[in-house]
Amino acid sequence: MELYIKYNIDMICKVLLQQQLDKYNIDCRVTEPGYVKFRENIPMETYHKLVKSLSEFGIEIVDNQKSILVQKIKNAIIEMLYADKGVQSLKISTFLSEKLGESYRTLSQVFSEVTFISIENFIILHKIERVKQLLLTENLSLTEISFMMNYSSVAYLSQQFKNITGITPTAFQKIMKQKRYA
Amino acid sequence: MRPTKLHIMLADDDEDDRLFFKEAFEEVKIDYTISTFNDGEQLMEHLYDTSNPLPDIVFLDLNMPRKSGIECLKEIRANERLQRISVAIYSTSSSEQDIEDTFVSGANVYIKKPNDFNMLKKILSDVVHINWQYITDGLNKDSFILSL
Repeated sequence: MELYIKYNIDMICKVLLQQQLDKYNIDCRVTEPGYVKFRENIPMETYHKLVKSLSEFGIEIVDNQKSILVQKIKNAIIEMLYADKGVQSLKISTFLSEKLGESYRTLSQVFSEVTFISIENFIILHKIERVKQLLLTENLSLTEISFMMNYSSVAYLSQQFKNITGITPTAFQKIMKQKRYA
Repeated sequence: MRPTKLHIMLADDDEDDRLFFKEAFEEVKIDYTISTFNDGEQLMEHLYDTSNPLPDIVFLDLNMPRKSGIECLKEIRANERLQRISVAIYSTSSSEQDIEDTFVSGANVYIKKPNDFNMLKKILSDVVHINWQYITDGLNKDSFILSL
């Protein structure tokens, strides 16, 4: 038997994080994605236990200032990519500097230093990831996807897909289909 | 945990190619280690030994004596402990069919061996930096496909 499953990663992370925090009776709230607000300080011992159990799920606490900023940039970008069309039409540099209160120059400098790629390339990479996901899980045509993801044309989406992955969206679909039945 | 160092392996029976490969990594900005193997058999023996740490990415030459790149790829994908390793096929062939077949067998990256050393540097640093995003951002590795 085979089942295709769709899930909301954001929701999974939030629920899982809250469960782990509850396990240690920590009084806090998971507010926006990737951000936890503590109501009081917790003992060091509990903190270490929490770090250890979170690492089992691949969750880690970001504790360096530059990494925190990078994580905030990534969260903002991903939030934007998965949001409605309205937000996506905003200029990315304006969107990020307004949201994070730093100049885009600073943001892009820190980002490249920590992640080894530019913000622009990160966005394209994630956009194409989203396109791949849509191609595989939803019954959407490439034209519909290009409209959804705010591409100016389906030809432009095809071209960007090919630039990033080296293959066309059609070849990608074909390969993934064969892989499933291999 | 987030790795701090990228662990790379290469299996290639051509000594010059192994040398070029190592030198080409000078451009890569991520901290890395490279281990090289003279053929697929030697690589697989190393991977199957559970006392050796697993690599993040393996580069396989397609045509090697004793065990070919495709055979290694299939063994890696069939083994539960090795399954999550990114696999890059490193080959002289650029036939569409060869490329598709390696992806269907589970390869993540297909690299057509360039003749130019600067091109090789660029390609390898692209592969490693993109692979790094998949490691650090938990992107879906099953649909990680890159042809260069």
